[in-house]
Amino acid sequence: MKILSSLAMAGVLASTGQPVAATVHVRNFAFSPATVTVRAGDRVTFVNDDDEAHTVTAVDKSFDSQGLDAGDTWSHTFDEPGTYPYFCALHPYMRGEVIVK
Amino acid sequence: MKRDDFLKHVAWTGAGVAWTLSSSGLFESGRAAAAGEFSFVQISDSHIGFTRPENPDVAGTLRATIDAVNALPLQPAFVVHTGDVTHLSKPEQFDSAKQLLGGLRAPAFVLPGEHDVIGSPAAFAAAFGRKDAPDGWSSFDRGGAHFLALVNVFNFEIDGKLGSDQIAFVERDLAAQKSSTPIVVFAHVPLYAAFPPWGWTTEDGARVLAALRRFDAVTVLNGHVHQVLQHTDGNIRFATAASTAYPQPAPGAADKPGPLKVPAGRLLSVLGYRSVEFVGPAAVVTDRSLTVSSG
Repeated sequence: MKILSSLAMAGVLASTGQPVAATVHVRNFAFSPATVTVRAGDRVTFVNDDDEAHTVTAVDKSFDSQGLDAGDTWSHTFDEPGTYPYFCALHPYMRGEVIVK
Repeated sequence: MKRDDFLKHVAWTGAGVAWTLSSSGLFESGRAAAAGEFSFVQISDSHIGFTRPENPDVAGTLRATIDAVNALPLQPAFVVHTGDVTHLSKPEQFDSAKQLLGGLRAPAFVLPGEHDVIGSPAAFAAAFGRKDAPDGWSSFDRGGAHFLALVNVFNFEIDGKLGSDQIAFVERDLAAQKSSTPIVVFAHVPLYAAFPPWGWTTEDGARVLAALRRFDAVTVLNGHVHQVLQHTDGNIRFATAASTAYPQPAPGAADKPGPLKVPAGRLLSVLGYRSVEFVGPAAVVTDRSLTVSSG
């Protein structure tokens, strides 16, 4: 809750008005941090900092960024509690997960 | 003659397969092709839609490749594009790629790479799907050789997997071929373990290779790695192709794969295409860069 309010105060608000609860950077062919924990209803933003294209694709297919070119940003709101493992469809050894409380 | 013109120069003995190199963009090994001889061309990894500094004009380098193929003195019976024709599977990228490849004089077909099936294979199928290959993979006979055009990027969580349906197709298909028939296999991701830490391998490729063991001469041509890598395993010769867009590091030469920046003046020397001629039972494979020799 503290994180949420400080981000909101800092003006990090998505267009829907939801605060961005976590940002995952795609860097050097890895998701960083590889695990993020958020609350139901939170929005997670993924930023591709690499020179290479990547995707953020849920193992259970519940979300898929499609192709994110170098420099692209994509966000997803996680409404349901659970653990969501995801990978890069272009480099499937790149793995991460979002834990929604 | 500039050394930059050379992508590879390897001569193989045995099994009637010789690899030669031409520096000028023309086949001039001293054994000029006779009229009526059979050849085909492989191009790969065009990444239409890529805009980064490693190659800000991937359409231009694909066009240069097509121009070079169209200028070959012996026109190929067909051109195969072994995948990653687009960078991000976007409809406009497929449109652009299709328009460019339409400039080839020879008939062409395209196999998908993982960059062509992001999210779904639908956009690829709309652009390059073939009635004779409803599942994506196919086989055909041409010029006395038997060809298998395979797809190893359809698995949801693994790049480099053929799947049991496709392997069963290959086993059935090969069972009907004579051991003396030259076999040529195409697929995007290398069918052998070229460099597994970077995903440059096909998880279930060994089952296909087992079915290829009894043949006298097998040539497996892949893309994906954006460079010419060669490998021999018994009767099977493997060769990955150069990209028409940008190079990648040699296996293990960098922390990660990905676009490799070379000095602007060197880019064309690391991009290219490949022609394969059959002279009797022998497959002569020639890799050419896009550099035009200044003599």
